[in-house]
Amino acid sequence: MNNLKLRTAGMAVSAAALSISLVACGSSGPAGTGASADSATMWGLTGGDQPVFQASVESWNKSHPDSAIKLDFFANDAYKTKVRTAVGAGQGPTLVYGWGGGVLKSYVDAGQVDDLTGFLKENPDVQSRYLPSILESGVIDGKTYALPNNKVQPVVLYYNKEVFEKIGAEPPKTWDELMALVPKFKAAGVAPFSLGGQSKWPDLMWLEYLVDRIGGPEVFANIAANKPDAWSDPAVIEALTKIQELVDAGGFINGFSSIAADSNADQALLYTGKAAMILQGSWIYQGMKKDAADFVSSGKLGYTPFPTVEGGKGDPANVVGNPSNFWSVSSKATEEQKKTALEYVKDGMFNDENVQGLIDSGAVPVVTGIEDKLAASPDKDFLTYVYGMAKDAPDFTLSWDQALSPAQGDAMLANLDQIFLKKITPEQFASTMNATIGK
Amino acid sequence: MSTATTTPRRELGTGRTAGTRRTLEKGPSGWLAVPALAFFMLFAILPLLGVLFLSFTSWDGLGEIRLDGLSSWNTVLADPVTGNALLVTAKIMFFSFIVQAPISLLLGVFTAASQKYRAALAVLYFVPLLLSSAAVAIAFKALLDPNFGLGPGLGLPFLAQDWLGNSDLVLFVVVFVIAWQFVPFHTLIYQGGVRQIPASLYEAAQIDGAGRIQQFFNITLPQLKYTMITSSTLMVVGSLAYFDLIFVLTAGGPGYSTRLLPLHMYLTGFKANDMGAASALGVILVVIGLALALFLQRLGGKNRNASQLEGA
Repeated sequence: MNNLKLRTAGMAVSAAALSISLVACGSSGPAGTGASADSATMWGLTGGDQPVFQASVESWNKSHPDSAIKLDFFANDAYKTKVRTAVGAGQGPTLVYGWGGGVLKSYVDAGQVDDLTGFLKENPDVQSRYLPSILESGVIDGKTYALPNNKVQPVVLYYNKEVFEKIGAEPPKTWDELMALVPKFKAAGVAPFSLGGQSKWPDLMWLEYLVDRIGGPEVFANIAANKPDAWSDPAVIEALTKIQELVDAGGFINGFSSIAADSNADQALLYTGKAAMILQGSWIYQGMKKDAADFVSSGKLGYTPFPTVEGGKGDPANVVGNPSNFWSVSSKATEEQKKTALEYVKDGMFNDENVQGLIDSGAVPVVTGIEDKLAASPDKDFLTYVYGMAKDAPDFTLSWDQALSPAQGDAMLANLDQIFLKKITPEQFASTMNATIGK
Repeated sequence: MSTATTTPRRELGTGRTAGTRRTLEKGPSGWLAVPALAFFMLFAILPLLGVLFLSFTSWDGLGEIRLDGLSSWNTVLADPVTGNALLVTAKIMFFSFIVQAPISLLLGVFTAASQKYRAALAVLYFVPLLLSSAAVAIAFKALLDPNFGLGPGLGLPFLAQDWLGNSDLVLFVVVFVIAWQFVPFHTLIYQGGVRQIPASLYEAAQIDGAGRIQQFFNITLPQLKYTMITSSTLMVVGSLAYFDLIFVLTAGGPGYSTRLLPLHMYLTGFKANDMGAASALGVILVVIGLALALFLQRLGGKNRNASQLEGA
C-alpha cells in the first residue's frame, strides 16, 4: 500500500469530519441568559436604545424563565441587509425590528409577518397605551402588522449655542436667515452645517423638510402613491435647487461626503464646535448625552424647528422623521415563540421600568401619559420639546427611504448624493426618479 | 480536472515494487478526486447555475421568484451605472497592477536574501497581511478623516485633504489602501520564487563577469516568469473581488466614483433588493474573471513543463 493514497484518503476523511463539526457549531450558538434554541428570538440595533432593550429583556427572562427571549444586536446598516435576507429565507427572528413603511409592506405582501389586529382587539390596554398617530404607522391596508417599540424620532435642527454666541447670531427662523448665516460662520472659521454625507440618509432630511415647507406633505404623499411624474413637482425642484445653492455657498462642512453618520462623526463636529448646526434625528441626543455629557448638561446644545421657506405652503409645525421603530411578529416562528413574543409585547414592553429606562437614556417613549415622568428627567427640556413636537405636529412624514419601496429608496439616496455633489441638476434628479415610480 | 490526468508520468529510479511503479505510471486513482469534485460541484458550480437562473427572473428577496425573461439583463445593460462600474473596475485593476507589481517584485527580491536585517524588515512588511480588510478600511477611514484624522491631528495641512470625499482623489486613495494591504502578499510570493532560483546560476554569471543589475535582468526576471504570472493573475482577478475594503472605506462614493462592479452587484442585490439584476451582474463578473484568468495563463505559453533552468 503506498503512502500517498493513504494520506490523501485520510485528508479527505478529516476534511469531511471538519466540515461536519463546523456545521454542528453553526446550528447552536452560545446560549443567552436562560434562553434555549427553541426560545423566541429578538434582533435589535446597537446604539442609544441598546442598554434599554437589554435591561428590559433581561428582567423579562428573570421573571419568565420558561419563556425566555434570546436577544442579539446589530449595527443599523448591517441589520437592514441581514434581517431582510434572513426573513426571506424563513430564518428571521421571532420579533422583527423595523421602521414601518415600504419595507413592512414588502414583508406583508410576502406573508412573512403576522396580522396583529386580533391581538390588539383582545388587549385594549396595549392599543390605548400608544399615541394614536404613531400606532397608525404600523397599519397596512387597515390591518396592524407592527407595534411601536421605542421612541419618537422627529428630525431636529440642533445648534451649538457657544458658537452662536461667539458671532452674536440667533438660530435661523426662515430659509433666508439660514442662508445669511452661512458667510458669517465661514468668516469666523466655523462650518455652518455638519453633515454625514457618506451615509446618504442624512442628506435626505434636508430634502424632506424643504419639500414639506415649500409644498406641504401632499407632495410626498403623491410620490408615495406612485402618481406618474410626481417627482417633477415644482416643490421638489425648488427644494433641490435650494440644497445646491447651500452647497455652493459652502454651507456644509469641508469633506461632508466622506463623513459617516453611523460612526457619530457628524455629531462630534457639532459638539467640538467645528460646525455650528446639524440637521439630524432626535436619536443623536442619546449619543451626545453619552459622548459629550458636559456639552449637553451645561446647556450648550440648542434645538429648533426647521426654518420656514418664504411663500411655502407647508405648516411650520409639520415634522419629518421616524414616528417610532416597531416590532413585527414573524409568521415563520413556532406557536410557542409567537406566544412568548406577544406576551412580552403586552407585559414586558413599556412597563414602568422600560419607560423610565428610555427616558433616562434621553429618548421619548411613544406612549401616552408620560408628561410627569418627562418633567422629572434631567433632560426635561429636550424631551418635552420632542414630545410636544411629535404630539402637536399636523403631519408627521415617515422618512422617505423607509416609506418608499427599497428599490426606489436606494435610487433616491444615490441620486440625492449626486445632487449634493453637484453632479446632476434637479431636473435630471426628477426625471431619473420618475422612471423608478412603481418599482 | 481530475488529478490522474495531470500528474506528470515519469519513470522514477529503480528498486521499487511493481505495484508502486504501476501507480506512478497511471497516477493515483481518479476516485481520490471525488470528494474535492463533490465539494466543488456543491459550492461552486451549483450556486453558479443558480445565479444564471436568477438572472432571468425578477425577485425582491422576499416574495415569489417570477420568470421574467431578459428584463433583468435589459435593465442592467441599459443602466449607465453598470458602464460606470465597469470603468471604475478597469481603472482600479490597472492602477493596482502598475503600483503593486513593481513594488512587490523589488521587495520580494530584497527580502529573499539571507541577511538578518532583511529578515527583520520582511516580518514588518508582512504585518498588513495579518489584518482583515474591514479593520484596514476602518483604520484608514479614521486616519484620512478631513476633520479628525491624521492631517488635522498632526497639524499638517497637506494631509488634511478630503481624501475620501473628493471624486478625483478617491480612486487613487483606494488604490493606495489596496496596495498597502496586498503588496505584502505578493512580496511573499516573489520571495518564494526568488529563493527557488538555483545559486549556481548566479555563481556562473559572476564568473562570466555579470554585475548585479545584469544578474537581475538576465537571471532573476526570466526565472520568475511563472511567479509573475501567478502573482499577476491574483492581482488582476482579485480586483474583481475587492468588495469589503471599498464597501467599508467609501461605500462606493462619493456619488458613483468608487462603485466598482462587485460593489454595484452587492448594492443592487441587498440594498435595492433587485436579485434578478444583481444576478445578471454576477454572471458578467464571472465571465470577465474567467476570461482574464485564461488570458493570463496563456501568456505563460502552452508548454508548462518546459524547463526554466536550461543550462543549470
